[in-house]
Amino acid sequence: MTFFLEVLIGGLLSGVMYSLVALGFVLIYKASGVFNFAQGAMVFFAALSFVGIQINFGLSFWPTLMVVIILMIIVGVLTEKFVLRPLVNQPQITLFMATIGLTFFLEGLAQLVWGTDVHPLDIGIEDAPIEFILDRFDMVISAFDLFAAIISGTLVVSLAIFFQVTKIGRALRAVADDHQAALSIGIPLKQIWAIVWSVAGFVALVAGLMWGSRNGVQFALTFVALKALPVLIIGGFDSVLGAILGGLIIGALEKLAEVYIGPMLGGGIEGWFAYVAALLFLLIRPEGMFGEKKIDRI
Amino acid sequence: MFYRENGQFKISYSKDQALLTISQDKFFIFALVAFSLLIVPFIASDYWLTAILIPFLVFTLAALGLNILTGYAGQLSLGTAAFMAVGAYAAYNFQIRVPNIPIIFSFIGGGLIAAAVGVLFGLPSLRIRGFYLAVATLAAQFFIPWLLIKVEWFSNYNPSGVITTPPVTFFGFIIDTPVSKYIFILVIVILLTILAKNLIRSKIGRSWMAVRDMDIAAEVIGIPIMKTKLIAFAVSSFYCGVAGAVYAFLYLGSVEPDGFNIDLSFRILFMIIIGGIGSVMGSYFGAAFITLLPILLENIIHFLAVALSITISSAVTSVLQLLIFGALIIFFLIVEPHGLARLWSILKEKLRLWPFPY
Repeated sequence: MTFFLEVLIGGLLSGVMYSLVALGFVLIYKASGVFNFAQGAMVFFAALSFVGIQINFGLSFWPTLMVVIILMIIVGVLTEKFVLRPLVNQPQITLFMATIGLTFFLEGLAQLVWGTDVHPLDIGIEDAPIEFILDRFDMVISAFDLFAAIISGTLVVSLAIFFQVTKIGRALRAVADDHQAALSIGIPLKQIWAIVWSVAGFVALVAGLMWGSRNGVQFALTFVALKALPVLIIGGFDSVLGAILGGLIIGALEKLAEVYIGPMLGGGIEGWFAYVAALLFLLIRPEGMFGEKKIDRI
Repeated sequence: MFYRENGQFKISYSKDQALLTISQDKFFIFALVAFSLLIVPFIASDYWLTAILIPFLVFTLAALGLNILTGYAGQLSLGTAAFMAVGAYAAYNFQIRVPNIPIIFSFIGGGLIAAAVGVLFGLPSLRIRGFYLAVATLAAQFFIPWLLIKVEWFSNYNPSGVITTPPVTFFGFIIDTPVSKYIFILVIVILLTILAKNLIRSKIGRSWMAVRDMDIAAEVIGIPIMKTKLIAFAVSSFYCGVAGAVYAFLYLGSVEPDGFNIDLSFRILFMIIIGGIGSVMGSYFGAAFITLLPILLENIIHFLAVALSITISSAVTSVLQLLIFGALIIFFLIVEPHGLARLWSILKEKLRLWPFPY
């Protein structure tokens, strides 16, 4: 039982990290209807820039963070200007392909500037079991996982508040609902898009720091985006809450399957299990957990 | 002036239904086929055949398959490479386990098995659409290579899952030179292109397009959605399966499951987007573009490095290539969202009017 709980909690905590990446997708999909495949590349770009600036300019944590946040905002604004704006009113698949192009571009740019080496990233939290829980309940819960979960949770809550309360957040939700209606009441669409891409860039930065300090900053970070896709399926592309819960579900299922089903199938199932689980889930609820149910009209 | 159809009357039903109705088209296509079958083998070097023309033809086949599914039936798929893997491994198993089976039957068998797997992974399309479906097809993309490695029977008990294809013989001819491989693949591609062209303008092809444009409306006018979508998955996967078999047998000779990764799927998706979604001609253009572009970029970077007398390491070259490739794709999508096939039809229009502006 303890072992089961340990696996479950470990899964839930790593699921939060999936949510973090999925959140970036949801933000952009909600506001602009673009399925932003470049989110993974943005995670990689942010993490590599962070490490690169730290190493090459010897800045400490907080100044570097500020510089990279500004960098991600620039990336967001430029993306809006040079990729999204010329492609307004194109079919969704065209925009999707453009974000794949952007993926290659960002991956290439980051490695061109900062090199292709694997860098360790230290944000000051050790990946060690929490002794208090180890003593009390005899469970191994990583302090790092818990820290990451808390950071992600804080980020999600503050984003939710940002969307509910601030003027920009309300404008953003209006744009998500109906582009034309939002335009007609005077909401500046271009600015909103630039803001959303910047916020997504910031989320990517946080995700990049978390994943980067866990696995090292390397090219494989871009695959984190692929891990987030089943989360999106389960949660629905346009629901922030769905991204969080979907991440938790996928994280827990994946860990449990890895431990309990994996040995039966000869291991290595974590590569596809989340997808198959999401697929089965879709057969029951095609629009995801919280996705909007579409009523078709002819 | 050059491309005029006036005066070319269709005086019988069979002429009206011909694949190429205008004599200029007919002339152009026959000239192209004759050139690529009879002249290219003599003038192309081995490098051109093995590094450019053969992969171009293989990818054309895969792009054609994906274009049927995504371009004509409107179902976005990111699992193309997995279906190619199924085709390659199935054809390999037919070839080594069925004694004396002609290679053509292995290829067709590989295609059919891929079609069956395609239908299986196409089942979710009955309930979900758009990007949800695209992500669902990723399940195939990750599951199938894993299965091919895990179940060692598929690779004839090679622990790493690598298959090395036996030599290909066709009616006693051993197909091992670049020229013979090229001609063999070219004939397969031409035959399957004609088949695709005809499928698209048949009843099933029209149903695909109706489902693509609006599936509920299609259902209302009596098109069986389930059958139509699943046939699209089957036909598309058949093409991808044959492409995979050809890829393994005639292009690489030795493949591993991890070679059929998501990058390959994306490359084929790029081909149909750059070439033109919903266009057979576009599959050719896209495959040519995506095959040639990296080679061209590499040469340009190399040339510039020599010209400016700086040394660029191979890592930087590949990164630079990635960057330029990404930028070019965005650029192309912005200047011509309908793909290269659209440029082709604009060109035809210009040729029709020349020398007058309109």
